[in-house]
Amino acid sequence: MINTQIAVIGGGPAGLRAAVAAAQLGAQVLLLDESDHLGGQLIKQTHKFFGSQQQFAGSRGIAIAKKLEAAARSQENIAILQEATVLGIYEDGVLLAEHKGRVIKVRAQRIIVAVGACERMLAFPNNDLPGVYGAGAVQTLMNVHGVRPGRRVLMVGAGNIGLIVTYQLLQAGVEVAAIVEAAPTIGGYLVHAAKVRRAGVPIYTSHTIKEAHGEEAVEGATIWQLDANRQPVAGTERHFAVDVICLAVGLSPLSDLLWQAGCQMKYVPELGGTVAVRDAHLCTSNPRIYVAGDVAGVEEASSAMVEGQLAGLSAALSLGLGGKEAQEQLAEAKAQLSALRAGPVGEKIRAGLAWVEKGVTADA
Amino acid sequence: MRITDHPILQFEKGPKVTFTFDGQQLEGYEGEPIAAALHAAGIRTLSHSHVKKRPRGFFCAIGACSSCLMTVDGVPNVRVCVEKLRAGMRVETQQGKGVLR
Amino acid sequence: MLKSTGIPTVADLAEVLPTEERLAKGPVAIIECFQRIPCNPCATACRQDAIRPFADINDRPQIDWDQCNGCALCVANCPGLAIFVVDMTYSETEALLKLPYELLPLPQPGEVVTALNRAGEPVGKGRVIRVQNPPTFERTAIVHLAVPRELAQEVRNIMVEGETDGTR
Ligand SMILES: Cc1cc2nc3c(=O)[nH]c(=O)nc-3n(C[C@H](O)[C@H](O)[C@H](O)COP(=O)(O)OP(=O)(O)OC[C@H]3O[C@@H](n4cnc5c(N)ncnc54)[C@H](O)[C@@H]3O)c2cc1C
Ligand code: SF4
Ligand code: SF4
Ligand code: FES
Repeated sequence: MINTQIAVIGGGPAGLRAAVAAAQLGAQVLLLDESDHLGGQLIKQTHKFFGSQQQFAGSRGIAIAKKLEAAARSQENIAILQEATVLGIYEDGVLLAEHKGRVIKVRAQRIIVAVGACERMLAFPNNDLPGVYGAGAVQTLMNVHGVRPGRRVLMVGAGNIGLIVTYQLLQAGVEVAAIVEAAPTIGGYLVHAAKVRRAGVPIYTSHTIKEAHGEEAVEGATIWQLDANRQPVAGTERHFAVDVICLAVGLSPLSDLLWQAGCQMKYVPELGGTVAVRDAHLCTSNPRIYVAGDVAGVEEASSAMVEGQLAGLSAALSLGLGGKEAQEQLAEAKAQLSALRAGPVGEKIRAGLAWVEKGVTADA
Repeated sequence: MRITDHPILQFEKGPKVTFTFDGQQLEGYEGEPIAAALHAAGIRTLSHSHVKKRPRGFFCAIGACSSCLMTVDGVPNVRVCVEKLRAGMRVETQQGKGVLR
Repeated sequence: MLKSTGIPTVADLAEVLPTEERLAKGPVAIIECFQRIPCNPCATACRQDAIRPFADINDRPQIDWDQCNGCALCVANCPGLAIFVVDMTYSETEALLKLPYELLPLPQPGEVVTALNRAGEPVGKGRVIRVQNPPTFERTAIVHLAVPRELAQEVRNIMVEGETDGTR
């Protein structure tokens, strides 16, 4: 049994920031991540990030991951356990993890869940053929391991992920035949859309994939148009000879651990799926358990970092650590979050949060 | 399929090693996922579905979906998207559901 | 329309193009950022205070063209690659563009490349004058491209021969 004050599950931007914030207030922290790297999604992101200087805007995701990792490693009171998959959280604050073939137990006074999100699938004929890959898989293969996913790709989804992965494919020397998007407008940032457009990649809005073709692997794809009621229009089919179909149709919070732990959960489409109900300090219905990052609602690395900081600070404060300064940092983190979410792209998040924030600490 | 020049990234690879895929000798880099080495060699079909025997490749590449199970050094149901390549590994297309020994 | 095609319309562009008078004075930044998004590195990068500090991080950038000297620092710092510098005083027949570029191969000074418009369509040829790629730009290179004057507000990208060899 390992004893610690705060256990952080997940070493992405949210978890790393949470660990550092709590450790700086003097907490003994154990950070667990199931992969063999720290940084979560960031290690695949070759593009420069939005946000402000506090969230390292203008730096590439890979560089931000290195900075966050270095900050965590430089804190003596943070222990890091990699290749450790957390399997369950129990009533007495004990969590079980699989670590290199062995099961380990951790007893923690507070647990911060920052496990991120997983990709959604899309139903269409032959979607099981080799060559139909998730956008995250395409990124992992080409940006982490240096292997091209194929020669010519059809991208499904014009949200930020679809647009960014399209651009990353071009940078890796892979052709992108087209981007299809079921909605009538582009969901991602228009600056990302303009960037791939001027590189010659067409974007078909109000279109979806009809089917994939191929025997042993993807050899082509047919798309068709959708009418105002999102029904396909026969006769509008277009064929593309591609060897990869990349799905970028959204992420869902990885909520399993929170369900299992018995936290009060709520389905909130604006936040990407089922998330834990929590207060403004990211504390769930179980006072020992906090959430931060994409698992609390699919958003961005910038907000994931600030949420991590907020959860780390509030978990440490709840243990009696930190003083007036910590309260000020807490207020500052909240102000940063509201600023990030103030604009039109934050509208959805604001609507979603209205559903899940219990407002237990209404004054804070 | 390997990226040699990239405008942003540099890839740090382990030493080059050989392994076999269904008896065929292939090259890859030590420490990369087996699936990456296979993909770089142009092999995309990793398994077949149990009932209809339809070909399957990887999907998530992070060990979360079980689309990439193969037999490695005689052990069935290995997720080759996360299992690291070592010299001399014997990678085989799995027949059936595999037997635990 | 921009929201469905990704290509800004003439009306969109009218909002962000400097006056003819200003263009005639020398290099100037054109910020093709049409949406309120949480982002501000352009403003923090500018040393001339030409891009006003953002009151709300979601603000669209507001540029004072008279303060801007066309240095292109903002071009290299914009994560959206949405800023371009246009210099109509370059020569009698040519304008000079400073374009952000993150693909391989990087063109060489003196090379003639295909000039692309905002839809990625070839619209002519451009001559590469200079390529800036210092470590501080963090691998967003800036390509100085001479194009016929009438193409100055059309050309926003380039295709370098060999760039897409084997794949396209
Ligand atoms: C293509 C793409 C482009 C993006 N672009 C931007 C951008 O420009 N700007 C921006 O701000 N954001 C961007 N994002 C979003 C950003 O990457 C995510 O919002 C952010 O990474 C979420 O952080 P997180 O820490 O919550 O989760 P993650 O980064 O997903 O990290 C979760 C971590 O938890 C670990 N984990 C999961 N389950 C367990 C378990 N059971 N036990 C132990 N560990 C576990 C995982 O290994 C992982 O390391 C982009 C995302 C993608 C996919
Ligand atoms: S070109 Fe230079 S002076 Fe002009 S806005 Fe950009 S950074 Fe400022
Ligand atoms: S840095 Fe670029 S994308 Fe961000 S606000 Fe400025 S112009 Fe727009
Ligand atoms: S591809 Fe999903 S587990 Fe290997």
